[in-house]
Amino acid sequence: MNITDVEVREIEMHAIEIRESIITMLLEAGSGHTAGPLGMADVFATLYFKILNHNPTNPFWKNRDRVILSNGHICPVLYATMAHAGYFNIAELLTLRKFGSRLQGHPHREFLSMLETSSGPLGSGLSQAVGMALADRLDRKTKAGSQGIGAHQHKYFYCFMGDGELDEGQNWEAFMLLAKQKLHNVICIIDRNRIQIDGDTEDVMPLDPLSHKLDKFNLSVVEIDGHDIRQIVQAFLIAKKNIKPTVIIANTIPGKGFVRAENDYRWHGKPPTQKDADEAFDNMRTMYGRLSNN
Amino acid sequence: MIDKNIYNSILSQNNFKESSLDTSSLLKMATREGFGEGLLFLGENNQEVVALAADLTESVQMEKFKETFPNRFFEIGVAEQNLVSVASGMAAIGKLPFAASYAAFSPGRNWEQIRTTICYNDRKVVIVGAHAGLSVGPDGGTHQALEDIGLMRMLPNITVLSPSDSIEARELVKLIPKIKGPVYLRLAREKSFVIHDQGYRPEVGSVDIIYTTANIENRNKRVGIISTGPILYQVLLAAKELEVEGFSVQIMNIHTIKPIDKNKIVEFAKNNNKKILTVEEHQTSGGLGSTISEILSEEYPSLVRKVGVKDRYGQSGTVEQLYKEYGLDKESIKEEIKSLVHLYA
Repeated sequence: MNITDVEVREIEMHAIEIRESIITMLLEAGSGHTAGPLGMADVFATLYFKILNHNPTNPFWKNRDRVILSNGHICPVLYATMAHAGYFNIAELLTLRKFGSRLQGHPHREFLSMLETSSGPLGSGLSQAVGMALADRLDRKTKAGSQGIGAHQHKYFYCFMGDGELDEGQNWEAFMLLAKQKLHNVICIIDRNRIQIDGDTEDVMPLDPLSHKLDKFNLSVVEIDGHDIRQIVQAFLIAKKNIKPTVIIANTIPGKGFVRAENDYRWHGKPPTQKDADEAFDNMRTMYGRLSNN
Repeated sequence: MIDKNIYNSILSQNNFKESSLDTSSLLKMATREGFGEGLLFLGENNQEVVALAADLTESVQMEKFKETFPNRFFEIGVAEQNLVSVASGMAAIGKLPFAASYAAFSPGRNWEQIRTTICYNDRKVVIVGAHAGLSVGPDGGTHQALEDIGLMRMLPNITVLSPSDSIEARELVKLIPKIKGPVYLRLAREKSFVIHDQGYRPEVGSVDIIYTTANIENRNKRVGIISTGPILYQVLLAAKELEVEGFSVQIMNIHTIKPIDKNKIVEFAKNNNKKILTVEEHQTSGGLGSTISEILSEEYPSLVRKVGVKDRYGQSGTVEQLYKEYGLDKESIKEEIKSLVHLYA
């Protein structure tokens, strides 16, 4: 599958709109995480608008691909992407973190049942993705015959993880099981933005050489620029064809699009003020050559 | 008032006959063995049942399930956090996973994963905590889970099961498909006397008055005992001996710690002089004793004394030695009953 220039532009424009929504909803909420969600907007836009086999008007469709957000604190990017993809009204994004909202501060299935899981405490998403893929493989082996071809169509399990999150030992338990079970349809995306709450990842708890570590865990590793739509598409296509489970290391700029916040770990867990938001919107007005496209 | 008919029918139903203090005729089997039988039964009857083990397959009695249904058995390795979270993922796709390890590690080590990925998500996973209580014996304190009931019963959405013998364990396991939401099943390692007969069919959430001494009219020397798990047998022995001495005792078995029938607990306290003794192989804080105290202090203030482990860790020893050291043997229970009878008498 090739991607045309027009498609790249379209995804980039979706990503900017998602970023604007992230800033808007965080401003309204008055709390929440800014850096991670902005950094992952391009990957989320590419997944939801180009790669994912899903149906926003029927979120419980049995054969949908699953998206498991392990690093739950970046949920503003998930909520905003889902809204822009048509899962719910964009206006609902303004309820983020408010009492009674479906959009809880960290994702909770009880409030928004179309989520595949709840998350927030770090390190347990991949285990759940592996469990889902194991159950799915069992169903394909045992039920495909009795319920007819197509009843259990092949699906993919996309698991988003943070790099700081990899400090949690459970991820490595899950990586080992993933490799043992050769679940090629589990695709991990690590947001390699090199920051976490206490500072740079390499100061807090060094992860490098990350791709080597994952390679030695017998996983297939693809490392990309997480803001280059063509590279993101390519990585997903490689992962989908791979006979081994794939980990995509998406090198991203935390805060991407809000220039003053970019690469500054202090923006991990704080929301923009009105002044910050105005500045961010101004930055985004010209992002990805947006003006010249119109 | 005590229902004489219930009393008589219970006596006739149970292996623990009034006439017989001779335990040699009773079968000994561990609750984990009953679990193994129940799981095999479910595996045969429900295609969605899967089993996950963390390098303790034989110990948690999943060996037969593994041999019979190799495709539905998953070895996760020594990784309890992964164990329960993988199970949560499988439940999301429609499986009914049984995730088993020792209770000291699951829920001991992976409590947050159970909270978030299973209970908060309301995924129907069965967490099987084997080797709970002091009766683990020689392995020592690290392996004797004495906090697991407390850890699990505080979580919303979960059902907490604590069978008293292998038959009760087997029958409760068979009922699990009908339970809504996640389940914690507490099991013991050691073989213990089988109290219930083969025809016994418990109901999840019910409480059973399992024994009432003959002299129930003697209200001056009367207490009610509430127990859970295989330690129930020690309670029965203690009650039998005190009966001869003229004490009047009624024993309630609780196999479902949560949800619990509050009205039946209140009624039990009413019928037993507002004097209740709880007996459990668990810390007295957070477990059955706390559960009963919480109910009665709100609904029907009563004197609740607790037999159990009191803010200590376990240690190596034989089951008999440990029961004695921690006040859970027949003699210690008898002393507690007497002391409760004489209190404010």
